Amino acid sequence: MASLDDLKKRISSVKSTQKITKAMKMVAAAKLRRAQESAEKGRPYSDKMNNIILNLSNGISDIDNAPKLLSGTGEDKVHLCVVMTSDRGLCGGFNTNIIKKAKLYFQKILDEGKTLKIITVGTKGYDQLKRLYGDNIIERISFKESKNVNYFDADKVGKIVIEKFDKNEFDVCAIFYNQFKNVITQIPQEQQIIPLKTSEKEENSLGDNYEFEPEEDEILSNLLPKNISTQIFKAMLENSASEQGSRMSAMDNATRNAGEMVDKLTIEYNRSRQAAITKELIEIISGAESL
Amino acid sequence: MSEEYSVEIVNPEKSFLSKNDVTEVVVPAFEGEIGILKDHISIISFLKPGIIKIFSKSGEESFYVNDGIIEFKDNNLSILTSLILNLKDIDKEKISEIQKSAEEELNKPDINDQEKYLLDQKLEVLKSIN
Repeated sequence: MASLDDLKKRISSVKSTQKITKAMKMVAAAKLRRAQESAEKGRPYSDKMNNIILNLSNGISDIDNAPKLLSGTGEDKVHLCVVMTSDRGLCGGFNTNIIKKAKLYFQKILDEGKTLKIITVGTKGYDQLKRLYGDNIIERISFKESKNVNYFDADKVGKIVIEKFDKNEFDVCAIFYNQFKNVITQIPQEQQIIPLKTSEKEENSLGDNYEFEPEEDEILSNLLPKNISTQIFKAMLENSASEQGSRMSAMDNATRNAGEMVDKLTIEYNRSRQAAITKELIEIISGAESL
Repeated sequence: MSEEYSVEIVNPEKSFLSKNDVTEVVVPAFEGEIGILKDHISIISFLKPGIIKIFSKSGEESFYVNDGIIEFKDNNLSILTSLILNLKDIDKEKISEIQKSAEEELNKPDINDQEKYLLDQKLEVLKSIN
C-alpha cells in the first residue's frame, strides 16, 4: 500500500489537474458561445448563395455547356478530399471522428482503384493522417495564427481548390468537417462540393423568370468559385463551434473524473491514516502491558 | 400604395443590414449602375467595386462594396458581398490598406483584362472616397 505521503502528493496533483480542466472548460464554454453565434450569423449568406445558385442552375438549359464546377469533368478518377480538423488537441473525439469518417471514404476510393489526394486543414488532422496516407497528402494548411474563423482564410483554401481544379488535378472534391448539433453531439459530415450536388433542385420554385445581367453562364462561372469558398467557410464555422463544444464536454468529463478520483484517494488516505494510528495504539498498549 | 420594399445585405460573417422601408437602391452592377425600385422584375446580377446607395424613408445611406451578387425577387433585394463598409464611419487607414493591396495586384504581370478592369474600377472608387 502506498504511504501516506505518496497519497497526499497524488491527491494534490489530481486536484491541480482538475483546476486546469475546469478552467479549460470555462474557456471553451465562453468560446463556444461566440463560435455558435458566428456560425448562426454566417448561415444567411451561405443559404442565400445556395438559393441563387439553385435558381441559376435551374435556368441553365444546355447542361453540356454548363461550367465544369457545376457539372464536373465527366470523369470520376481522382478524388480530392479536404479534411478539416482543429489545431489544438484536448477536445475529446472531435478530430478522431472526422478522421474516422474520412478514412472510410479514403478506403472506398482506394478500393475502387481511384486516385486519392488529400488536403488537410488544421494540424491535428495532418498528424493523424500522415502515417497511413502521408503520400496522398498534397497540401497542409493551418490557421493557427488567426484567432477567429474568418472569410479570408476560407477563401484561401477555396482558391487553392479551384486552382487545382483548373489544372485538372482532380475530378471530384469532398470536404470533411463536424457539423455542430449541440454541445454533446457533433456529426461528422462528408460534403461534395465539386461537382456541385443539386439534389434539392426539384424542390425549389421552378419557373422563376429572372433577368440576368450579364449572361447566366457568366454569372454562374463567377459565382461557383465563390460558392466553394462559402461552403468551406461554413464548414469552418461549424467546425469551430463543434471543436469548442467537444472540448467543453471533454473537459467537463475530465473534471468530474478528477473529482471522483480525489474522493477515492481521500478515502484511501483516511483509511491508511486510521490504520497507522490503530497500529501505533496497539504498539503502545502492548508495550505498556509487557511492563 | 406604398413604394417601399425590403433590402438585406449579408456578408459571410453576419447579416450586415436589413431594412424594410427602402424606396430605391442604386447598385454598381457589372455592366453599369442599376437603380432598383419597387416591383422591379426579378433580377440576378454581379457587382463590381463601387458604392451602393440606399434611399429610404429614414434617409440616404451609402456603402462601399468590393464585389457581390444581388438578387431581387418578390420585392426582396438580397445583396451578398465579401467586403462592405459604411461610408459614414469609414476608416481612412482601412481604405488606404485596400488601395495598396489593389495597387500591388495591379502590378502583377499575369493578370487578365477583366481583373485589370475590376482593379482599375476599385482604385477609382477608393480614390474618390478617400
